[in-house]
Amino acid sequence: MKSAVVVFPGLNRERDMIAALTKIGGTPPALVWHKDAELPEVDLIVIPGGFSYGDYLRCGAIAARSPMMDVIRERAEKGVRVLGVCNGFQILTEAGLLPGALMRNASLKFVCREVKLEVANANTPFSHRYAQGQVIRCPVAHHDGNYFADAETLAEIEGNGQVVFRYTPETNPNGSLNHIAGITNRQGNVLGLMPHPENLIEPAHGGEDGKGIFAGLLN
Amino acid sequence: MTYDNHIDITPDLVAGHGLKPDEYQKILDLIGRVPTYTELGIFSAMWNEHCSYKSSKKWLRTLPTKGKRVIQGPGENAGVVDIGDGQAVIFKMESHNHPSFIEPYQGAATGVGGILRDVFTMGARPIAAMNALRFGEPGHEKTRHLVSGVVAGVGGYGNSFGVPTVGGEVQFDARYNGNILVNAFAAGLADTDKIFYSKAEGVGLPVVYLGAKTGRDGVGGATMASAEFGDDIEEKRPTVQVGDPFTEKRLLEACLELMGTGAVIAIQDMGAAGLTCSAVEMGAKGDLGIELDLDAVPVREERMTPYEMMLSESQERMLMVLHPEKEAEARKIFEKWELDFATVGKTTDDLRFRVFWQGEEVANLPIKELGDEAPEYDRPWIAPTPPAPLDPASVPETDIAEALLKLLGSANHSSRRWVYEQYDTLIQGNSLQTPGGDGGVVRVEGHPTKALSFSSDVNPRYCEADPYEGGKQAVAECWRNLIATGAEPLAATDNLNFGNPERPEIMGQIVHAIKGIGEACSALDFPIVSGNVSLYNETNGRGILPTPTIAGVGLIEDHARMARSRFTRAGDVILLIGAPEELGTHLGQSAYLRDVLGRREGTAPHVDLEHEKKTGLYVLSLIREGRVGAVHDLSDGGLALSLAETAIVSAQGAHIHAISTQNARAWFGEDQGRYIVTATPEEAERIVATAPVPAVAIGTTGGDTLTLGSAKPISIKDLRDAYEGWFPAFMGDTLN
Repeated sequence: MKSAVVVFPGLNRERDMIAALTKIGGTPPALVWHKDAELPEVDLIVIPGGFSYGDYLRCGAIAARSPMMDVIRERAEKGVRVLGVCNGFQILTEAGLLPGALMRNASLKFVCREVKLEVANANTPFSHRYAQGQVIRCPVAHHDGNYFADAETLAEIEGNGQVVFRYTPETNPNGSLNHIAGITNRQGNVLGLMPHPENLIEPAHGGEDGKGIFAGLLN
Repeated sequence: MTYDNHIDITPDLVAGHGLKPDEYQKILDLIGRVPTYTELGIFSAMWNEHCSYKSSKKWLRTLPTKGKRVIQGPGENAGVVDIGDGQAVIFKMESHNHPSFIEPYQGAATGVGGILRDVFTMGARPIAAMNALRFGEPGHEKTRHLVSGVVAGVGGYGNSFGVPTVGGEVQFDARYNGNILVNAFAAGLADTDKIFYSKAEGVGLPVVYLGAKTGRDGVGGATMASAEFGDDIEEKRPTVQVGDPFTEKRLLEACLELMGTGAVIAIQDMGAAGLTCSAVEMGAKGDLGIELDLDAVPVREERMTPYEMMLSESQERMLMVLHPEKEAEARKIFEKWELDFATVGKTTDDLRFRVFWQGEEVANLPIKELGDEAPEYDRPWIAPTPPAPLDPASVPETDIAEALLKLLGSANHSSRRWVYEQYDTLIQGNSLQTPGGDGGVVRVEGHPTKALSFSSDVNPRYCEADPYEGGKQAVAECWRNLIATGAEPLAATDNLNFGNPERPEIMGQIVHAIKGIGEACSALDFPIVSGNVSLYNETNGRGILPTPTIAGVGLIEDHARMARSRFTRAGDVILLIGAPEELGTHLGQSAYLRDVLGRREGTAPHVDLEHEKKTGLYVLSLIREGRVGAVHDLSDGGLALSLAETAIVSAQGAHIHAISTQNARAWFGEDQGRYIVTATPEEAERIVATAPVPAVAIGTTGGDTLTLGSAKPISIKDLRDAYEGWFPAFMGDTLN
């Protein structure tokens, strides 16, 4: 299983992501700079968290329009798995690979804390290591994680089982509709996730609840 | 455009630059002529308090700055301390008080940016940040606005840059109504053989400008920061810089990449007084002259004058001296990161600082005198008079449970969750302890067992009552907090915040506080390796509480043996280590007195440094031998508050039987050098029997209430509600 981490300027959780992929998958991912001539042939493409282009204009908006995203879009259409975490999720929605949008948190403040996630669909490549309905711990750290989609889109993604992770209602940190924390595209090979499973993968982190996502993808 | 570099230098203009008549006379004597306008600006930038430490230098020299692990003490961008295995921790704390009061978001954000730059300028990747924040009384009309802006600014910059904020302080006192304090700390890791300094070497080498473009923001900032506030502070907003963490993040990556190529001879970030200060420091330290060509400086605004370019405090800029043969390689790295790269001058052998603009020499000054040989004062001072001791009879017996709930729900002792949840505490994936405990702990990436512990402390109430004991206490408490995580305290950085040093009573506070800090640092083998002084924290003649913030770093050899302030099991014995026979006695200047009784009286608690050290090292040995569960230091609010904090964090109660009275002295006394630890009953017996310092079993863990002697039991839920409730209610939050 080969993976690549794509870095845009201003992303800052790429080191956390590389550490998680390396520790869990056994081999380090390829590190791809957004201007690199090509993206190596891999089975998993990860866009990590951070503040691409400073989150200026709108979170993820500038990175979403880079040539590298066209390459990622093509690979996704061919079925390659794509994981976008936090800013990565925002970039994927801005690029149209995932439906909906991530608005400013309802509190209007950045929030970094641990939340609980319910596995809403355990039948995806990203979540099959968990049981349907299982509740896991996971940290969040974002300013704009308030998931929104119009009623029609929302009904569609709910109907298709595209909602993979939900915050438990009492730990929803940002006001997301239907407590949505992570969704896939229609085909189920692209996941956007607001929380940071890569920061809860070993005992030193205080738990390993986030490990299943990577273990399910890499092993 | 026209620019008159030779305008009349009137006394008003001199005063407007923060220079005193005798300082101006010194300039005239030094250069033998009237300075040009640009030169006057340069002098004001270099000789203000913020850059020159002219009032404090004499006393700062007395601080212990050496130790077996110290690689670099004060005088560089940050201090460097050896942590073994060829690695070093590089750290410093710096204030951004004046700008944060004028424009809280940008002031705080650029404070964080500045300190991060100090650390990565030396070749270190930042791994941890802290912030010590002090605001006016909660009811003051500006306080909420300032809290909200400063916290958002700290988070906005640090989160985007990508450094975990692992600790800090937030306090309120009316004495900060007109001058808040924003003290930002950062630490980074580097290999000991890859540390970069600001001393230039070699004649005729290119001086290169890197990073963001120069604008008009912050012109005169350092001079502003060296003056008192009056009623005209709104007019000072343009002197506050604007931060761009996106550029800073790219600058970090570009600098570290460039340093890896071996191209860098010397590097200095452009902080206070921007281009002026960085160029002069690089030259003066290397006994070289510097020649700058301002036409080559990347600017983002049109028609900037040389005066503005030399004094701009635009952020995210660096100056370097590079090996000429590597210039092309260096340029390529900066182009990759889409940052400016411009050769703006060269080193010379004439010890002059010469600045050219549109073919004209706008400044030509002796570089050593500008830098190392700035004025220095031995300002008159008077020894502070300690207040009368508190009359114990004047403190009535009280309902201990009620008093504890009141303290927990007060502005200064309630949970800071509202603040630290706006900071990314987890990024980089190495945070082992995040805010809410004794110290923040971050593991050393790539090492199987090592971790670093961080804490920032000072008790301004003590410092006001007795700057000497207060200075000692700030060091001791920081040292104690590091011990409580299981770390060997390595070294510290100081951020000395005081009022106007031209007033002898303020100067007396500075002198005594530094004396106390120095003694404590010597006694505890805890040298000061970097620091910053912020004076003139006054508004309309009223100064802040003397606030010498101490931020320390400790080393945990094996983080599997790290300690936390959390009960690990029910049925453990709670031991009080290092306490006097009555367990607690000192209520003077205590949290209980101020925040429960509304009184500010008495002396500061005495810090017996020998006792502090003996107790601390004993507690550290217990942690390292794995003999104790929870460990928490005792400070503000004494035993009762320490127990309550531990119970809340652990969601587990405790019953304390050793004190039966309702006497506040025992429960809320702030005697120094004390810890609570928990151990199994058998281990507790051994500790009590063999401890070289006082060790008393005071109770047991378990249950869902905290019972303090004969006081009514308080449920964990009530404790938590009181503790967590104050801040969100104060800030008017309705959403979580």
